[in-house]
Amino acid sequence: MFVTSALSPQELTRIDVHIATHKAMPGALLPLLHAIQDDFGWVSEECYLPISKALALSVAEVHGVVTFYHHFHTHPVGKHILQVCRAESCQAMGSQKLEKDIKTALGIDYHETTKDGAVTLLPVYCLGNCACSPAVMLDDEVYGRMTAEKVADIVAEARAV
Amino acid sequence: MAIKVYVPRDSSALSLGADRTAKAIQAEAAKRGIEIELIRNGSRGLFWLEPFVEVATDKGRVAFAPVQPKDVASLFDADFLNNGAHALNLGLTEELAWLKKQQRLTFARVGITDPVSLEDYLAHDGYKGLKNALNMTGAEIVKSVTDSGLRGRGGAAFPTGIKWNTVLGCQVEQKYIVCNADEGDSGTYSDRMIMENDPFVLIEGMTIAGVAVGANMGYIYLRSEYPHALKVLNEAIAKAEAAGYLGDKICGSSHTFNLEVRRAAGAYICGEETSLLESLEGKRGQVRFKPPLPAIEGLFGKPTVVNNVISLATIPIILDKGAQYYADYGMGRSRGTLPIQLAGNIKHGGLVELAFGATLRELLYDFGGGSFTGKPIRAVQVGGPLGAFLPESQFDTPLDYEEFSKIWAVLGHGGIVAFDDTVDMAKMARYAFEFCAIESCGKCTPCRIGSTRGVEVIDRIIANKNALDTNGVKEHAKQVQLVRDLSDTMINGSLCALGGMTPYPVLSAMNHFGEDFGLENR
Ligand SMILES: Cc1cc2nc3c(=O)[nH]c(=O)nc-3n(C[C@H](O)[C@H](O)[C@H](O)COP(=O)(O)O)c2cc1C
Ligand code: SF4
Ligand code: FES
Repeated sequence: MFVTSALSPQELTRIDVHIATHKAMPGALLPLLHAIQDDFGWVSEECYLPISKALALSVAEVHGVVTFYHHFHTHPVGKHILQVCRAESCQAMGSQKLEKDIKTALGIDYHETTKDGAVTLLPVYCLGNCACSPAVMLDDEVYGRMTAEKVADIVAEARAV
Repeated sequence: MAIKVYVPRDSSALSLGADRTAKAIQAEAAKRGIEIELIRNGSRGLFWLEPFVEVATDKGRVAFAPVQPKDVASLFDADFLNNGAHALNLGLTEELAWLKKQQRLTFARVGITDPVSLEDYLAHDGYKGLKNALNMTGAEIVKSVTDSGLRGRGGAAFPTGIKWNTVLGCQVEQKYIVCNADEGDSGTYSDRMIMENDPFVLIEGMTIAGVAVGANMGYIYLRSEYPHALKVLNEAIAKAEAAGYLGDKICGSSHTFNLEVRRAAGAYICGEETSLLESLEGKRGQVRFKPPLPAIEGLFGKPTVVNNVISLATIPIILDKGAQYYADYGMGRSRGTLPIQLAGNIKHGGLVELAFGATLRELLYDFGGGSFTGKPIRAVQVGGPLGAFLPESQFDTPLDYEEFSKIWAVLGHGGIVAFDDTVDMAKMARYAFEFCAIESCGKCTPCRIGSTRGVEVIDRIIANKNALDTNGVKEHAKQVQLVRDLSDTMINGSLCALGGMTPYPVLSAMNHFGEDFGLENR
């Protein structure tokens, strides 16, 4: 299984390094959480205590911030993140059918990860690619004028690497 | 000398394969032993024609579009580097009617320059506004912004100069400039285009704001969905710092201005300015009560200018060409230009910057070319998820803040999303409530709970809409009234526009497209 929730001592050290590099920043919490997620792909609850100590917050406050923002994952995610735009401009170009087709093709719903751990599917509300709707984003790349076939190609390409 | 070939690096262009096209052009040139200089410029904003390739010729830049990798060999065969005839040859870019009819002030350089080249920026009138500003007092700069008539392009249309004046008037050492780059509205991408395609104009605008009000620190709060913008901004900031346009004693003056990009984390509400400030402080993005205004107690409790990307990116041209030059564009109290974004079911989607006053119809048909699917355009939503839906009978409304307000609509951030006649407006109303429920910050009950109730009520309306027996008709009427009451409660009992304006799309859908709610034969 790719899902491991207990962090190793090495991983905890990496978290400490992120804390050390960010803690002096004004309003450090979001940049710190981004750094942790960029590194691990998600933000483990095990980070809350060391973060709370370094930033003089309560664990509940850290938890409250992490869970407020859609961007932060509180569980491990797949190797790739596929975000499908659900917002109006993409709806006007058939994104509702596209969503269904993608879910069927991957065999998962939103917020789930394919069995091989390759892809986590997430909804997103506008990618700023509304002149080329419907749009999806795979990791950091956005794709426009999407069809289920094109999405399948992109995902297959990512899986192959 | 190597011939210059331009292939955009804008993320919408990339989303249609611009990187592959660029690689194919380079490979083909190498194969044929032809020397070219490949420049990754910004996008001109004609997105239905991306990847939009240009070649520099004696007469100007010639456009070839849209170019897919499979077209590249035939382009070389046709000698496209010397303006050869080819099915994709569109002639001189500057002569394309779609661009020629526009009035590009804020977007003057977008698509023309290499976004991360400071030399290019300087060669195209960059930093002229700042040079002028450095010879003016803060009050003079603020007056110029006020006189230009510029109103906030983030949605609320508040006069920018008046906001700045409040911050200028605060006798405090530490002040901030915050750029709202959260661009959450569906159908909008003009902020993204500025940041990816002309980042220096935003940096210059923020620097002028800092000089004007006496702030030495700026933050750009950038939505996490824009990774390309993040890279471009950071690269441009580093170059501006290295060249003395940011940092201590900018351009040899006594002013200090530093700039940092901060990533948002996928919450629509963080586009609301006080929620944004909470988020920048490292907290949950919950909306603050006003007063105090952010201009008086903003980031970390200090006086703060919060402005949208487009508002700030428009400052340099105002300071360069003068307030009057900008104010001469527009109509009524809507001065200057609006970068309009055509989106949704539209044939020619893209960025159209025009003086206020053009009608929706001109945009949808003269620029947009009608719907993408070729069916009639039945509805448009202007101003993002909190904007009203407009039927065809309102397409002659001029784009003007006050004219839109008269028909209970908003211009917002200038996004226009077109829908063809297959749209189900009851579903759109349902979605508006659903979006509000997903994105509510949770502070007020009408927004937090009302939105979820709204989804349920619309579901019942949809379920009942064809019920013709007496009970069904009565029940249906009851649910419709419930939506109206709920909307009233949200309008009157919400702290911010998320809860307060969700009724715009809901009620406009119901009022203009009653047939989709089963209201026509009752
Ligand atoms: C729910 C909500 C979302 C908003 N989202 C944005 C946004 O994404 N970008 C933006 O510039 N303004 C947004 N605003 C408007 C800001 O609160 C604020 O008016 C704006 O940043 C001020 O800048 P301006 O005067 O230059 O427009 C939003 C407002 C609300 C109520
Ligand atoms: S209206 Fe909604 S989003 Fe706005 S403050 Fe209230 S609960 Fe938060
Ligand atoms: S609405 Fe889908 S990219 Fe904007």
